[in-house]
Amino acid sequence: MTAVVDTQEEETPIKTYTVNVGPQHPAAHGVLRLVAEMAGEVVERADPHIGLLHRGTEKLIEYKSYLQAMPYMDRLDYCAPMAMEHVFVLGVEKLLGIKVPPRAQYIRVLYAEISRLMNHLLCITTGALDVGATTPALWGFEEREKLMEYSERVSGARMHANYFRVGGVALDLPAGLSEDIYSFTETYPKYIDDLDALLTNNRIFKQRTVDIGVVSKEQALAWGMSGPMLRGSGVPWDLRKSQPYDAYDQMDFDVPVGLTNDCWARYLVRMEEMRQSVKIIRQCLEKMPDGPVRTDDHKVTPPKRGEMKRSMEALIHHFKLYTEGFHVPAGETYTAVEAPKGELGIYFIADGTNRPYRCHIRSPGFAHLSALAFMSKGHMLADVVAMIASLDIVFGEIDR
Amino acid sequence: MAFIDRTARALLLTELVAGMALTFRAMFKQKVTLNYPHEKGPISSRFRGEHALRRYPNGEERCIACKLCEAVCPAMAITIEAEPRSDGSRRTTRYDIDMTKCIYCGLCQEACPVDAIVEGPNFEYSTETRAELYYDKEKLLANGDRWEVRLAANLAAEAPYR
Repeated sequence: MTAVVDTQEEETPIKTYTVNVGPQHPAAHGVLRLVAEMAGEVVERADPHIGLLHRGTEKLIEYKSYLQAMPYMDRLDYCAPMAMEHVFVLGVEKLLGIKVPPRAQYIRVLYAEISRLMNHLLCITTGALDVGATTPALWGFEEREKLMEYSERVSGARMHANYFRVGGVALDLPAGLSEDIYSFTETYPKYIDDLDALLTNNRIFKQRTVDIGVVSKEQALAWGMSGPMLRGSGVPWDLRKSQPYDAYDQMDFDVPVGLTNDCWARYLVRMEEMRQSVKIIRQCLEKMPDGPVRTDDHKVTPPKRGEMKRSMEALIHHFKLYTEGFHVPAGETYTAVEAPKGELGIYFIADGTNRPYRCHIRSPGFAHLSALAFMSKGHMLADVVAMIASLDIVFGEIDR
Repeated sequence: MAFIDRTARALLLTELVAGMALTFRAMFKQKVTLNYPHEKGPISSRFRGEHALRRYPNGEERCIACKLCEAVCPAMAITIEAEPRSDGSRRTTRYDIDMTKCIYCGLCQEACPVDAIVEGPNFEYSTETRAELYYDKEKLLANGDRWEVRLAANLAAEAPYR
C-alpha cells in the first residue's frame, strides 16, 4: 500500500493505490483474491484473481468412468452438492437415451430443492453477516443443519452425498424420512418470516444493500448472468420453467423477479425462492409415486443385492459395472439445470467408451464473478463485500 | 398518509425494535447447541465414516480379494495384493486404504459383493501424524472387530433398500 502525495502543487493529486483483498479473508467467500485499485476509499478497478481452488475436475472426469466421476461433482458447489450431481446424471442420461422411473425423478427434484434451500440459507445469512448482522447466520445454520441431516439420512454423507446415479438414485428414501421432511416444511416458513423480520426492512441492512451493485437488465444478459442474479435484474428466466427437466413440469411454483436490480433485490428474490422451494418440496412429497428408484437396465444401474447373490447374470452385471462401468454411445450434449446459483451446464463429448472424451462444466459463479469488475466501479470498498455476498460465489465451482 | 406512516416508522425505529424483540425472545428458547465431545448429533444407518473390514461369525475374514473396491475407488486409495492361502482359498495378503486420499464416496462398500469392506459409523479417528492414516489390513480388521455390532445392525437396517 503506497500513497504518493505531491505536496508541491496546490491541488494534491492522490495516486491510486492497490489493495489486495484475500485470498484468505472472511468476506471473500472462499479463496477470492481481489486486487482493488483504490482512489481513497472508492474502488477504481477491482480485478478478481481466481484459480486458488483449481483441482482440475474436468480433466479428472476424463479419466474416470461415469460412475466414478459422480463424487467429484459434489465437490464443485459444495453449498448445494445435489444440484451439481443433477446436471451430471441428466447429461449422461441424455446421451444414453434412458428413461428414469417417476419415483426417482421426484426424489431428485426433492433433493435439488433441499439443496436450493441449503444454498440460499448460506448465501443470505452469510451475506447478512458480511454487512454486520450476526443473528441470521446463527439461526440459518441451525436450519441448514436439519437439511444436511436429511441429506445424511438418504445418502450417508451430510454434504458430499454421491446420491444421484445415472438412471435414478442410489437408494430409496428410508422409512420415516418423508414425514420428517414434511414436518420441516411446516416449521420452516416460520424461520423465513423471522429472517424477513430481521433483515428485509432493517435500515442498516438496507443502507448496505439498496442501490449497491446495480446490474441493469441489459448488463445482466450481456454478462451471461443467470439464476437469482438475472432474476434480480427483472428477467423472468428460470430453466425449471422454460425447459423443465425431471418432474419439474408437474410442479406448481412461481418465479420471483426483482425490481430494483441491486443487492437488495437479489436478496428478496432468494427469499421468495426459498418459499417457492418449500412449496415444491411439499408437492414432491405429496405426489411421490411408488415404484423403483433406478432403471432396470442393468447395463447402466447395478442389480439389487439379493438378485446379485442369486443370479449369475446379475453378478456379471455387478462386476462389469463396478470395474469397467457402462459405455456411452458417441455423441455430444449440452445439458443445463437451474442450480441455486444459476444456470449450471455440462457439455459432454462421449466417444463410445466408458468415460467422457471431454467434460466441460459451465458454472454460473464464473460468469457472475467476471461482472464484479464493472459492478464495483465507483463504490466503496466496504460495498464490494456486500456485492460479493450477493453474487453468491463459491470457489468450488468457479475454479473447478 | 403514506408519508406520515413512513416518517413515524422511521422515527420510532419500528423495524429495529421488532428485530431486537425477536432476538430477545430467542434467548428464552431451548438451546440447540450440542456439547460436542459429550453430546453427539444423530447418525443414520447409512452414514459413511471410517472403513472397516468385516469377518464372518466364525472368525473367517469376508474379503475374497475380488478387487472390485480397488477398481471402483475414484481416488485410487485402495491397494490390494492377493494370493491363494495354504488351504486353497483366495485371500488378500495386503489390503491398504490411504485414508488421506479417500473421498468417502461409499462406492467401495457398494461394490463389495460380500459386505466385507464397509464404511462404519465412526467419525472420530483423527490422528497426530499422517502415517497413522495409512490403514493396513490389520487395522481395518481391528476396526471391523471393534464396530461389528453396529456394522451388522446398519447392514440389516439397509438390507431392504439395497
